Amino acid sequence: MADLSINFAGIRSPNPFWLASAPPTNSGAQIHRAFEAGWGGAVWKTIGAPVLNVSNRYGAWSYGNQKMLAINNVELISDRPIQTNLREIAEVKRAWPDRAVIVSAMVESKPEAWHDIIKRIQDTGADGIELNYGCPHGMSERGMGSAVGQVPEYCEQITRWVMEVAKIPVIVKLTPNISDIVMPARAAVAAGANALSLINTINSIIGVDLDTLQITPNIGGRGGHGGYAGPAVKPIALNMLASLGRDATVRDSGLPISGMGGITTWRDAAEFLLLGARSLQVCTAVMHYGFRIIEDICDGLSNWMDEKGFSTIPEVVARSLYRVSDFKDFDLSFRAVARIDQNKCIRCDLCYVACNDTAHQCIDLVDKSGKVVPPSAYDPRSNGRVEAVGTRPSVVVRELDCVGCRLCYNICPVENCIQMAELPPAKPSITWDQLSKQQPDVTEDWPQMEQYRRKMGIRIH
Amino acid sequence: MNITPEVTLNDTASPSSGLRELLPPLSEHEAITESARCLMCYDAPCTHACPTHIDIPKFIKKIHTGNLRGSARTIFESNLLGATCARVCPVQELCEGACVLGSEHKPIAIGRLQRYAMDHAYSRKLEFFRPAASTGKKIAIVGAGPAGLSCAGELAKFGHAVTVFEKRDLAGGLSTYGIISLREPVEVALMEVAMVQKLGVRLETTRDAGTNPTVDELQRNFDSIFLSVGLGNTPQLGIPGEEFILDGLQYIEGSKHHPSRLRVGSNVIVIGAGNTAIDCATIARRIGAERVTMIYRRTENEMTAYPHEYDFVKREGVTFWFLAQPIRVIHEKGRLLGLECVRIELGEPDSSGRPTPRPVPESTMFLPADQIVKAIGQHRPSIAALLNLKTEKGFIQVNENFETSFAGIFAGGDCIRARGSASTVMAVQDGKLAARAIHLRLVNHG
Repeated sequence: MADLSINFAGIRSPNPFWLASAPPTNSGAQIHRAFEAGWGGAVWKTIGAPVLNVSNRYGAWSYGNQKMLAINNVELISDRPIQTNLREIAEVKRAWPDRAVIVSAMVESKPEAWHDIIKRIQDTGADGIELNYGCPHGMSERGMGSAVGQVPEYCEQITRWVMEVAKIPVIVKLTPNISDIVMPARAAVAAGANALSLINTINSIIGVDLDTLQITPNIGGRGGHGGYAGPAVKPIALNMLASLGRDATVRDSGLPISGMGGITTWRDAAEFLLLGARSLQVCTAVMHYGFRIIEDICDGLSNWMDEKGFSTIPEVVARSLYRVSDFKDFDLSFRAVARIDQNKCIRCDLCYVACNDTAHQCIDLVDKSGKVVPPSAYDPRSNGRVEAVGTRPSVVVRELDCVGCRLCYNICPVENCIQMAELPPAKPSITWDQLSKQQPDVTEDWPQMEQYRRKMGIRIH
Repeated sequence: MNITPEVTLNDTASPSSGLRELLPPLSEHEAITESARCLMCYDAPCTHACPTHIDIPKFIKKIHTGNLRGSARTIFESNLLGATCARVCPVQELCEGACVLGSEHKPIAIGRLQRYAMDHAYSRKLEFFRPAASTGKKIAIVGAGPAGLSCAGELAKFGHAVTVFEKRDLAGGLSTYGIISLREPVEVALMEVAMVQKLGVRLETTRDAGTNPTVDELQRNFDSIFLSVGLGNTPQLGIPGEEFILDGLQYIEGSKHHPSRLRVGSNVIVIGAGNTAIDCATIARRIGAERVTMIYRRTENEMTAYPHEYDFVKREGVTFWFLAQPIRVIHEKGRLLGLECVRIELGEPDSSGRPTPRPVPESTMFLPADQIVKAIGQHRPSIAALLNLKTEKGFIQVNENFETSFAGIFAGGDCIRARGSASTVMAVQDGKLAARAIHLRLVNHG
């Protein structure tokens, strides 16, 4: 069985899964239960400046029969008295010496305020501190949270104040509400932080109620942007995680990254690990299903690691990161075409309409005699199950015309029905970067490009 | 022999307990989650399988987005009797049978979703169509069943003046008189009649076309005629004591319109194994018969009932006696005692392709019963002879435009269904297509 334990910038936990700083980590009682369920660590809900909260603080984005693909919230940092939080942090840590107890903090942008909160957290016996530079609502209006994370200079300055007094590992949590996530990360590196974490929530408005015309969620006749999280944000988080891993400054600093953003299952977790995360934080999934989900997250990850021959988490970390590339480095000679398994196909024809209307028109409807037929080519008197099913044409890819866009693969409702088959390259391997260096005319001039295509046998139908 | 007295239904033992609509309406949550399952197939097989070719993925997705008005309109555009069809269609053989999710999963509950959209429209009295400007053309429709109502509504939309002659007290045809309440309450059929009238269609009930008005009057006063007369009475078995046997269609009609007067035996025999026979057996069971036996001279392989109906009635506790043919009703002092039958063996296929039943000599058996109902099909339409129309196997012959051998006289519904199984939705499509043909004829011929 794989060893799931981690040592993250000196913070140890029996598995890489921490509850993210959020409502699930609002109190000692909750974190006790989470640890009983098996969570490896918890980042205490941010403590710091005094706040007041509002009602109707969570909105959700649901789609089809899936509830809460994403949550959005305007809940602020902890509204419990700071003394209560500090006392419970100490109690939890004493009760659970093997778990990671990290405390998220956010105070006014003054050195004395930061010095004070860091010292008080350290007095609890906590294992680490996470600096909340990401909260995008409410706190940012008071110059905290993402107002710090969005300005690399502020980020660096405050981190320096923290590092002046910090005796335990300090994690800087980054906001995704920025054009280039790498900039604040470099600032944290420059200021001497011990680790990074990302992503915090994304600015969002969930929607508008079409009966009342109120913003969702409705807060006494008003509403506004809130932090967006959950399964829907995972691809954004993965990209930002990979961006840090590919940046030389961040990479060479050796700072470990705690990854989060939509992790719901062990599969999501494994992907974050493969792209460079060394610990993983979860929030929306437990807000949807409770702390119990940690069992399968650990069990599934462990079984997958056994199957793949990985015995420790560090063996998995960043394993796929080197494959993340820019477009200019992709091999232009790589070819794939869609192939439809006619035995699995249920003839919903979604691939046909997607390809025909919106992609590259290379799927045909073919009747039993092999003739290409238009859709709805039946007599209005024809009806019944037997005729409708029996005369339904097949969907057939014209491989010569298929550009390998992969749209049909993505929308097919049947598992493994459409495969993207890799074809041997028809021309020598070359990247756009190489082409633009070797034959700049081709990449700058359409007639030259057309000539190049003719020469290389590149046909676009 | 001990014969249990007949069970008489009184008003306190209302049939609402046994014969009320079997399937409850979908809740909003059920409709939303079920509609979300629809894959939204392109050129969908359910739409092809539907005889009226309702754009099913379109109306289902409209349910999902909460556009119920648009959903109902989508259904009405292809099928004016969508509320009846949602309830009575043999969906297993049609739309749901063709659903791509059916082979390995559960097909979408298309019928029930359609009912959800239709219930929305009727409960809010939504109106969707207005007649086009008057064309000045007059069309007579004979018979206010599904084919007639569909044709009438479509013609009214074109702007024609339509009069429907119905010989019975109420319009709706089999939907009103012949489909058990379990599947469709009378109110649904009558709502649809009212909707068609609202389109400007004139309805004249208790008018038996052929005599009142006469054929001559019809031809003189109307530019075109559509015959949707359905079928005739149940044929005679031609066995002694037949006067003791009840007619299946009348049995169903009684259960719908006069449930408190419906007399159901405790030991009931139903002769026949079609869908009407199954309905009769269902009524008998649900209203209190202890034992219901269906008798059929062939086997379950030849019976005309839909497989899902056969399964249904078996679960209702009805037993089947195959390969038996009634030869005599046994009665004493005006009191029914039972049915004498003869064993049957199957021979060569007959003209219908089904094996010919042959009585086995000296194999008579007696089956006790205190009530016998027959549902063995219906006579061919008699109006064909009256108008001297060409027929096919006794059904009115029509061309691809639903025009009979007499120019300007069209026909549709069960009265032309010489092949295949007759159903409400087929009749609706006939009426719709015939309306288009009639319209084109009137427009082109001035």
